[in-house]
Amino acid sequence: MIEIRFHGRGGQGSVIASKILAKAFFMEGKYVSSFPYFGVERRGAPVTAFTRVDEKPIRARYQIYQPDYVVVLDPSLLKTVNVLNGLKKEGWILLNTLKSPAEVQRILKHDNIATVDATSIAIKHRLGSQAAPIVNTAVLGAFARMSSLVKIETVMEAIRQSAPAKREENALAAKDAYESVIMGGA
Amino acid sequence: MVKMILTGNESAAWGARVSRPKVVAAYPITPQTSIIETIAEFIANGEMDARYIRVESEHSAMAACIAAQNTGVRTFTATSSHGLTLMHELLIWASGARLPIVMSVVNRAMAPPWSVWTDQLDSMAQRDTGWMQMYAENNQEVLDSIIMAYKIGEKHHILLPTMVMEDAFILSHTSEGVDVPEQKTVDDFLGEYDPAFKLEPGDPAGFGSLIMPEGPYMEFRYKMALAMDAAREEIRKTTKEFGELFGRYYPGLVEEYHTEDADAIMLVLGTIGSTAKDVVDYLRSKGKKIGLARVRYFRPFPYEEIRALAKKTNMLGIVDRSYTFGYGANLYTESKGALYGHSDIPIKNYVMGLGGRDITPALLEKVFEDMLQISREGQVDREIEWVGLQGDKRWSV
Repeated sequence: MIEIRFHGRGGQGSVIASKILAKAFFMEGKYVSSFPYFGVERRGAPVTAFTRVDEKPIRARYQIYQPDYVVVLDPSLLKTVNVLNGLKKEGWILLNTLKSPAEVQRILKHDNIATVDATSIAIKHRLGSQAAPIVNTAVLGAFARMSSLVKIETVMEAIRQSAPAKREENALAAKDAYESVIMGGA
Repeated sequence: MVKMILTGNESAAWGARVSRPKVVAAYPITPQTSIIETIAEFIANGEMDARYIRVESEHSAMAACIAAQNTGVRTFTATSSHGLTLMHELLIWASGARLPIVMSVVNRAMAPPWSVWTDQLDSMAQRDTGWMQMYAENNQEVLDSIIMAYKIGEKHHILLPTMVMEDAFILSHTSEGVDVPEQKTVDDFLGEYDPAFKLEPGDPAGFGSLIMPEGPYMEFRYKMALAMDAAREEIRKTTKEFGELFGRYYPGLVEEYHTEDADAIMLVLGTIGSTAKDVVDYLRSKGKKIGLARVRYFRPFPYEEIRALAKKTNMLGIVDRSYTFGYGANLYTESKGALYGHSDIPIKNYVMGLGGRDITPALLEKVFEDMLQISREGQVDREIEWVGLQGDKRWSV
C-alpha cells in the first residue's frame, strides 16, 4: 500500500488534489481511498488530506501516520507544520517553491526532496487569482513525475474529468509541472 | 453498473437516487451536508424525479417525510448528531405510524464539547424509537443498504423505517471506488412503492388518533414488536436476494470474519470492523486465533447470531464507540443480555474512539491481546474499560 499526505491551506484545493490523484490511480485499475483530516477548514488555515493506493481493496480506516510521500502546496506551512512528521526515510517530499531541492535541504532534514514552482505555473494558466493561485492541479503533475506511480496522461485526464472549470488549463498546468519538477536525491 | 469514485455521502445520495423517493425533506448539518447537496443537484439537473422540501429544522424534516409518506410515496432524509436528536419525537411518530421511511445518518459526536467527528451516541440514543438500525463499514455498503432498507421496510408484514449509518468523515468524506447499480436493476429489485395504507381524499380515514387505555394502543405496540422481530428473517432473505441480483452478498445481520476456532472474538459496529479485519489477518499470520464479528444491524438486535458466536469461542470483546452513562455501552449491555442463560464465557466492554479519536491497528492489536489473555485466564479483569485515554500507559501505542 502507498500512502500519501497533502499539506495545504484552506482554499488551495488540497482535499480536491487528494481526490483527483485517487481518481487517476483508480483509472489505472488501482484500489484507492482518499480523505481529508477535517480541521478548521477555513480559508488560509492549514489543511491535511490523505490518499491511499493499493493493488487490493483498502480496509484501513484510520489516518496516515507514516506516509511514503508528502506533498506541500504552500511553502509557508514549513514554519508552522512539521511536514516531515512520520515520512518514511526513503520516502519523497514534494514542495511548491521557487527554491531548489538543495536549498530546501538546508531547512528540511530529509534525503529525497523534489521542488516545483507550481505558483508561477498556476498564474501562467490563470488558475485562481494572482494573489491566490490554485496550485493543486499543477502539483499533481509534479507528483506523477516524482513518484513514477501514475502516468501524466492519466493525471491530466482525471483533472479534466474533475475540474469544475478551466479543465484544459488545469490539465496543462499539470503537464508543465511534470516537465519542470526538480528532483534532488541524496 | 458504473464504477465511480464516491464519498460515503455521495454514495448515500446515489442510494437514495436509484431508490426513487418522491419526496426528500432535509436540513443541513456537518458532516451530512453533502448528502443533501448532492441530492439537490440531482433534482435540479432533472436526474431525480423528486420534490425537495427545504425545512427549518430536522424536526420539520421528519414531519415533512411523515406527511409525504402518508400520502403513499417513498421519502428520504439524512441527518447527523444534534439533528438526529432533535428529530427524536418524530422518529417515534414515524415508526408508530408504520411508515417505512429511509434515512441516512452520519454518526457524529454530541456536544458539548463540540466535535464533528465520529461517535455513535447520536444513533444509539435512538435505539428505542422503533427504527431499524444498520451500520455500514464502507461506501458500497452505504449505497446498497439504502436500497435494501426500502425493500425490507416496505414489506407489509414489516412497515418500519430504517436509518443507515455511516461514520463521520471515515466514510462520509472518504472517496473510494463504488459500483453504482443500473436503475433498471434497482427498479426490478424494489418495484413500485405499494403502501399498505394511505391518505386518499376519496376514501377518508383518520391516522394516529386518540386511543383510550382499554383501546388497542397496546396491540399497536405489540404488532410493532412482532414486525421488528420478523424483520430479522426479512433482512437475511433480502441480503441474499440482493446478492443474487447485484452480485454483492451481505451477510444478514452480522458479518463474521475468522470466527471459526477463535479463542476470542471481537464484536464491533461500523468502520472499526474494516480496520480490524486487517489486524485479524496480521495476528492470525502470527498464529493467534482471534476472530471478528461486525454487527450490521443493531435493530433488530441479532441475539441469535450472538448466542451462536458465544458457542464458538471462549471470550467476547465488545467494542463500543459510544457510552451509556451509568453502565457500559449499548452493544455490550445488549449482547450480555442476549447471552444470559445461554453462555458463561467472559465478556468485556472496550469503550474507544469517542469524538473521532483515531482507532489504529496498533490499538486494536492491544485490545485483541487483552482479549486473548482473558480467554486464557477464563475471567475478566474488569467488566468495562475505556481504551486510549490520554496519559493511560496501559493502552499507549
